[in-house]
This record gives sequence, C-alpha cells and structure tokens, in this order.
Amino acid sequence: MWPSDLNSLHLLLPPMEIFGVSLPGLLSQLLLGLVNGSFYAILSLGLAVIFGLLNVINFAHGALFMTGALLTWMAMNYFGINYWLMLVLAPLLVGLFGVLIERLLLRWIYKLDHLYGLLLTLGLTLLIEGVFRSIYGVSGLGYDTPELLEGATNLGFMIMPNYRAWVVVASVVVCIGTWYVIEKTKLGAYLRAGTENPRLVEAFGINVPVMVTLTYAFGAALAAFAGVLAAPVYQVTPLMGQNLIIVVFAVVVIGGMGSIMGSILTGLGLGVIEGFTKVFYPEASSTVVFVIMVIVLLIRPAGLFGKEK
Amino acid sequence: MKKQLKVLALMLGVAGLATSAAHAQDKVKIGFITDMSSLYADVEGKNGAVAIQMAIDDFGGKVLGMPIELLTADHQNKADIAASKAREWIDTQGLTMLFGGTNSGTALASAKVAAEKKRVYINNGAASSALTNDQCTPYTVHYAYDTVALAKGTGSAIVDGGGKSWYFLTADYAFGHALEADTTAVVKAKGGNVVGAVRHPLNASDFSSFLLQAQNSKAQILGLANAGGDTINSIKAAKEFGIGKSMKLAGLLIFISDVHSLGLRNTEGLQFTTSWYWDLNDETRKFSARFFEKTKRMPTEIQAADYSATMNYLKAVEAAKSVDADKVMTTWRGMKMNDFFGSGQLRADGRYVHDMYLMEVKKPAESTKPWDYYKLIKKLPGDSVFTTKAESKCPLWK
Amino acid sequence: MNSKNTVTIGYGLLLLALIAAPFLGAYPVFVMKLMCFALFASAFNLLLGYTGLLSFGHAAFLGGAAYVAGHAIKVWGLTPEVGLLLGTAGGALLGLLFGWLAIRRQGIYFSMITLALAQMLFFACLQAPFTGGEDGLQGVPRGKLFGVIDLQSDLVMYYVALVIVVAAFLLIVRTIHSPFGQVLKGIKENEPRAISLGYDTHRFKLLAFVLSAALAGLAGSLKTLVLGFATLSDVHWTASGQVILMTLVGGLGTLSGPLIGSAVVVLLENKIGEFGNLLAALTSVEWFKTLGESVTMVTGLIFVICVLAFRRGIMGEIIAWLAQRRAGSSAKH
Repeated sequence: MWPSDLNSLHLLLPPMEIFGVSLPGLLSQLLLGLVNGSFYAILSLGLAVIFGLLNVINFAHGALFMTGALLTWMAMNYFGINYWLMLVLAPLLVGLFGVLIERLLLRWIYKLDHLYGLLLTLGLTLLIEGVFRSIYGVSGLGYDTPELLEGATNLGFMIMPNYRAWVVVASVVVCIGTWYVIEKTKLGAYLRAGTENPRLVEAFGINVPVMVTLTYAFGAALAAFAGVLAAPVYQVTPLMGQNLIIVVFAVVVIGGMGSIMGSILTGLGLGVIEGFTKVFYPEASSTVVFVIMVIVLLIRPAGLFGKEK
Repeated sequence: MKKQLKVLALMLGVAGLATSAAHAQDKVKIGFITDMSSLYADVEGKNGAVAIQMAIDDFGGKVLGMPIELLTADHQNKADIAASKAREWIDTQGLTMLFGGTNSGTALASAKVAAEKKRVYINNGAASSALTNDQCTPYTVHYAYDTVALAKGTGSAIVDGGGKSWYFLTADYAFGHALEADTTAVVKAKGGNVVGAVRHPLNASDFSSFLLQAQNSKAQILGLANAGGDTINSIKAAKEFGIGKSMKLAGLLIFISDVHSLGLRNTEGLQFTTSWYWDLNDETRKFSARFFEKTKRMPTEIQAADYSATMNYLKAVEAAKSVDADKVMTTWRGMKMNDFFGSGQLRADGRYVHDMYLMEVKKPAESTKPWDYYKLIKKLPGDSVFTTKAESKCPLWK
Repeated sequence: MNSKNTVTIGYGLLLLALIAAPFLGAYPVFVMKLMCFALFASAFNLLLGYTGLLSFGHAAFLGGAAYVAGHAIKVWGLTPEVGLLLGTAGGALLGLLFGWLAIRRQGIYFSMITLALAQMLFFACLQAPFTGGEDGLQGVPRGKLFGVIDLQSDLVMYYVALVIVVAAFLLIVRTIHSPFGQVLKGIKENEPRAISLGYDTHRFKLLAFVLSAALAGLAGSLKTLVLGFATLSDVHWTASGQVILMTLVGGLGTLSGPLIGSAVVVLLENKIGEFGNLLAALTSVEWFKTLGESVTMVTGLIFVICVLAFRRGIMGEIIAWLAQRRAGSSAKH
C-alpha cells in the first residue's frame, strides 16, 4: 500500500482541487513557506531574547544576519573555508561583534526611552550595510550549495532541493535547543529572573551586566547562524537583512515580545501562511503579515503568547 | 547673540555654496546615467562609461573645437534619481546629450526630461519598445535593441519549434510588462496560447515560489521576461527545482555577462535574440579585444552600442555644425550608419533599424576558447523584427 | 539680551536668504526639494517633539499624498492648487485612519502599528495600477496656478513653493503656541496627569496626528508638483527613517530643529559625492572619492553619534548652551 519511494508520495494524496488550485501546487508552496518560516523563526527568536532581557528593540538584527551571510561568502572566496566550518565560525565572530556593540554602544542607552535603542540600532544597521555596500555594491554575490546537500528529492508534487530541507531541520533544532536552554536550564532561569528583577538577581551574586552582554552576543550569533543558512538560498547582498527585518519585527510583535516559544511558532506559522497566500492571492503575500500584526495588536496587544508587562 | 547670528550666517553661507548652480557652455558634456551597482551593473554599468570614453578618445576628444567631457551617475534603478540627475545636469552643468542606461522605468523618466529640455537622448540599455512607440519624442534615439525585436525574434523561433503553450515569469515594471506583452502578441499571432504569468519584484532574492507556480501551470514554455541578475537567479533556481524536466526555458533577454556568470552547463541550448556578438567578424573582434584589454571582460551588446552610438552622434554633430538638438537630430536621421556594430538608419520614431541575430548557447564541448559562448542560428533583417508602421502609435512616424 | 528678538531676527535672515537664493546662484529645484523636506520634518516634529508620539510610517502620508496629487494633476487634469489641496486632504484622511487605529495603543506598540499600516500602504502602492508601481508616476505637469500663473518656470514655481512652505510653517508655529499646543506638550510630559485634569487625550492625540499627516501630505504633494513625479521611494519605510533622522539631528521639540536637520540630511545625500571629491582634491587622499557611494554609511554614523552624544540635536544643543550661558551670566549679577 505504501509507495516504495518518495517519487510516488503524491499518489497518497487525494486528487482534489481547492478553490481551483491543485493540491500539489498548494503543498509545494506551503513547504516553501516553511523554509521562509524557518528564517523568520530563528531571527525572531534572537530578537525576542534580546528584547526580553535588554528591553532593546534590536533593529540591527537584519544587518547581523547579513553579516553572517557575507562572512560566509568572504570565507569561501578569500580563504576557502567551507560552509560547515562557517556554521560555527560565523556565529562566533558575529557574537564577538555583538559583545563590542553592547559594551561600547548599547550600555549608554538602557536608561532611556525605547525609542533611542531603536534609533541607535537603526543607525548601526545603516552603518554596517553602508560599509559592505561601498565595497560590494548592491548586486548579489553567488554562493554555491555545499556539496553534501546538493541535489534534490522528488516528492512527486514537487522537487524539493535537499538544501532547503536542511534549512528547516537545522532551524528547528536550533530553535528547540534555545528554547530548552532558556526555559528548562539553570542558566535560562537566571536569564529570565534577570529580566524580571535585575537588582534582586544581582544581589544573589549573578553578574547581570555580563549576562546582558552575553545575551546580546547570543542573539547576534543566532542572527548570523540564520545568515549562514541563507547564503545558498538568497542572494548575498548588503540589503538582504533590510527586507527581512521588518517582517521579523511583525513576527515578534504577533508572537509576543518576550515569548520565546511564541516567536518560534509564530515565525514558522507565518511562513506557512505566506506560502498559502502566495497560492491564492500572490500580491498580498507580503502584506498579510502586517494585516495580522495590526489585528493582533488591536485585540491582544501583548501578542498571541506574550504576557502584558 | 552675535555668536548665534554668526553661526546662522555661516550655515547659510555653506548652504549657499552647496546649492549653487554652475554653468559651462564651452564644453560638450555627455551624461551617462545607468545602474552601476545593482542587478544590471554587469550588463552595462561602469564599463558602459569605458566604452563611451573610448569612442570620445577615438574621435579625438573634441568636436567643433570644443572638448568633450563625460559625466556619469548611478540611478540605482530608481526613476526619481535618474530624472532628477538628468534635470540637474541640464540645468546646472550645461549638459549637451544624455545616455539613459539600463532599466526601462528610469529610461522613460529621463527621456521625458530630455525631451522637455530639448536634449538628444540615446538609450542602449533599456528595452521597452514604448520609447519609440507611444512615448516617442523627437529627441529619443533607441539604438541597440527593444522588446518588440526580442519578442519577434525569440518568440517566433520557439513557437515555430513547437513551443505553443507559454507561462511568463515577469519582472514587475515597465520592461517586464513590455516584454511579456510583446511576446504574448507574437505567440498568439502564431497560434500559440499563454496559460498565465506571475510577476516578481525587481531584483527579487528568491524565485522558488514563482517557479513552482509556473510549473503548476503545466505550460510547455517558461518565458523569462526579466534580465540581468534576475535572469541569472531565475535560471539558477529553475535548475535547483528541476523545472527543466517539465518545461523548456525561454530566455527572452540574455546578455553575454549572464552566460558568463552561469556557465555553459546551465545555459546550453538557450535560444535568444541579440543585436551584436563579439565574435561575429574581424571588426567586432578588433573592438572587443581593445575593450577586453581595458576591462578584462568581453563587451555586451549594450556596451558595444554605447561606443557606436557615441561615435555616430559626434559625427552627426560635426555634420550639423552645431550641438543644437533639433539640428543634430535632423542631420542624424539623414545619415547612413555603418560600423562594427551594425548598419542602417535612424527612423522617424527614433528607432535605429539594423539587423538582429538569433543565437543559441553552445554546449560546453562546443566551446573552444574563453567567452566562446554563442552559435549563430540565423540573421534577422531589421525591417522584419522591429515595430512596423501599422503597429506604431508614435505620432512622429506617419 | 532678548532671546525672542534673536529668534525673530534669525528667522527673518533665513527668509531673506531664501527669497534671494535663486539670484545668488542657487539651483531653485534643489532648494525647493529642501523646503519640502523641511516641511515634512516640521510636520513630523509636531507629532514627535511636541506630542511625544513616534510614528514609524510617516512616509505613508508623504508618499500617499504625492500619488494623490500627482494623479489629480496628471490624469484628471486639475490645476495645481486643487491638486495640492487634494493631496493634503488625502494625507489628512490617511492620518485619520492610521491615527484612529494606532492611538489605541501606547509607546512601542503605537509605533509598530504605524509601521505596519505604512507597509500595507507601500504594498498597495506597489500593486495599484494608477501609481505605476516600480516605474512611478512620471510626467506630472506643473500647470497654471489658479489657471493664470504658469508654473513651468523654475523661478515662478520657487516663489509659489516658498509662500506655501512659509505659510504651513507659520501654521505649525501658531499651533505650538496655542492652548491646543500647550495641551499636547502636557500630554507628552505626563499623559496620566493630563487625563486626570479632564482632557480627552485620545482626541487631542488624534487631532495632532491628523494635522501632522495633513502637513506631511502637503509637503509630498508640493514635492510632486516641483519634481514632476511620485515614486515608491516616497512611501518606502526608509523615507520614514529619514524623517526621524532629520528631526533627531536637528533637535526634537524645537521649531528650527527640523529645518536644520532636513537641510543637513538632504545636503548630505545629494552633495556628499562632491564633498568627497573636494576633500580628495584638498588632501590628495583617493579614498575620499568613494565617499559618494557611502551615503548610507555616513547617515548611519550620524545617527549613532546623535543618539549617543547629541540627543538634543543641533538646535537643541545650541539652545541649551545659550540658556546655560544666560543663566551663568545672570548668576553673576
């Protein structure tokens, strides 16, 4: 009864059409949406972690994502360092960069209005993008799929490049891992306590400033990890973060600004919804996130999974 | 109080300097605005300026006793930047002639400015046939190729070869729309049908969802109504998703820089129309060798056209004994042109009518030297591929 | 030392300079562009500096009105003043809609709603056929003001634009100094207290929002008339970011701040290439020539420096410094 290979997977599907669109067509777009959703999930995760602890809306997240992708390309082109190494190296490097940013720039604005944090990181974004832009222009730099993940699997209703399947798997693993660390371990407990009441936590002997710095660095590293994953999928350009960051903001707001699981689920979910929209009303696919955000903000201002602060 | 006033005065002074308008009427200034940093940068870009400068130098650097200066700018594919820059150059720099570069949206915008201010306007990079059709002006010269020629050349060849049902992947702006519309007309006229189309934003980063929609349409042919970086990425993604197994790709606008970037493995067998190729004959090879020396790349048809158009423009200025746009255009329309780029004449609607070529990309095994990418399928006489009088809505061509 | 006199003289000088500018050799189209952005920034400052609301989507009003005015003048063939009025009305209407939705929430959530709504407008403009999408709305004619004054000449257009911008700016000044403006300031300082005093802060905020949006719309419509086109750049979120930068650099909550700030940012964008060439010529350092391509980088740097060190902006710092001096000198007596 079961097909002997993936090629005939589609034979399991009922030959039906929904609103004039064939099921294979729908499924392929949903699967692609899942890939996009993975990026949203990792990025919004980092953003949520940073906002949760630092109360800073890190606009520079998109630029850090781009830096991860660009470093990966540079490593391959100038030093011949391969993709797998960069999966570890890029987050480390960008994490270090994050430490610098937090120590040198962010620490001055914690006491101020949210507005300034956003503006500072916005300025940082322009700075980082501007530097890369003046060196590489705006046209895309091509990055080849790593050999191990080349090729595609014929799922019957579409041909799925193996690399994109890997993106989904890797993202989900990292997201679940992060969630576990934050929600279920002692380190995570300190982090969450530090968010609630930094003075008390400090009184217990935990070095809160260091924790804050490391948290920002970790968020930056997550963004860079997403960047490495993205290099073979999207064009590596200085502006690649810009296009994503606004959507990721919306995801974080919908999910709930401090909720980790909320960001992950919302990110994946929104990717799928986008894919769904692309099938029936492609022009609206870029707007659907914002429509949902406005609705959520009006009905449940703390977000779907968030708690009112 | 004095200090505050001084500060204010200083600021006003600086602002004044910064906004001042300069005028220089003793030079011939040629302006060149194109995409220098984005998806069309390789197709014309900075090297287009190199080609124009080569022509200026070969002409002697002077015309009618006046030195020739080249101004360049990057419009970043934004029509407002192109139009503003054109206007600024004309108003404050005494611009004589304008080259509008790649991107049909910016081209239509800057052509309007040039016409309003009565300056000769040459375009090689943009493809939209509207430049010489419903948006024609007495000063626009559309030199290299246009969407009608591409549609008639490539579209006809593919439909004749059996590709009857089409689906378009279209860049969502003037150029893409024009190319899709013109090709649709050709396909329908030959008895084919267009199953559908999907529009993608200019310089899109990910084509996967668009390609899957195309595949779902079950059409035979996937018409790529886009160019430059967009075409490169579409072809790459098509390969990734195995689109080639169920549909045949039709590259409606392909440049040699695209093939160079993708490699023969990814582009072999692609059929398309072009206005020029570096390896056609001794003359083209001679120019290309000189260009290669300066840029380390073989020229695209646009860059070759930039050189040729500059030369012919300067010749027209000399013959007209004036830089006045009306006089130059009248003289130019009467000139017969013949150089390594092509031979023919300017039409009343501004269209340069010359031969086009139907090419096919070689298989990797067939290529014997670097940049040896194309084989000529057939020559397409100019009168057969450009807009005909019956089809034209240009009031200047009756 | 009467500071009020100083301020008036300062503005008077500025006005004189603007009136004389075309004859001093300035490029009228460029100065008009500057004035439009100065108006845009002043309108934005009304909302941020005086009411304390950070709108992240102000480009929606600039660009939305630009398209409305452009369409009215080009396609419907209306005279320029009607086009401007329609554009301003369009801005006001959008402001009413956005404001009504956004004001229900506070702080960062308010800003996010404005951003989301602006993004939706952006995509609507991208898709709508009448905006021309990526190509933009081109070839908007200048027409004849009131059917009589031909605006084709840059000089005539310039003085008409000057009158409009000055009038709008005076309106803002009047609003700030009126009782309405005082309530707005009160809301910015301490909203709960304003509510406890019996003010319907919701209505005041909405009114301020609509006014700000309308004036931003006027700026956008005027820009369309001057330059002859309306494009997606006007509704893109980077334009919203730009106006925030202008206000920040110039000085939040000061009247002259946005004027200075917008001048700095527009000059930066347009002239940095020439400035770089000048520096390169002066110092023979080749790298300065590439400055023209680094507008983004320099803009970002200014943003960062402003947030860290010059939070009060140029005018803010100057005013504070002068106040300090005055306090110091009066303490001596």
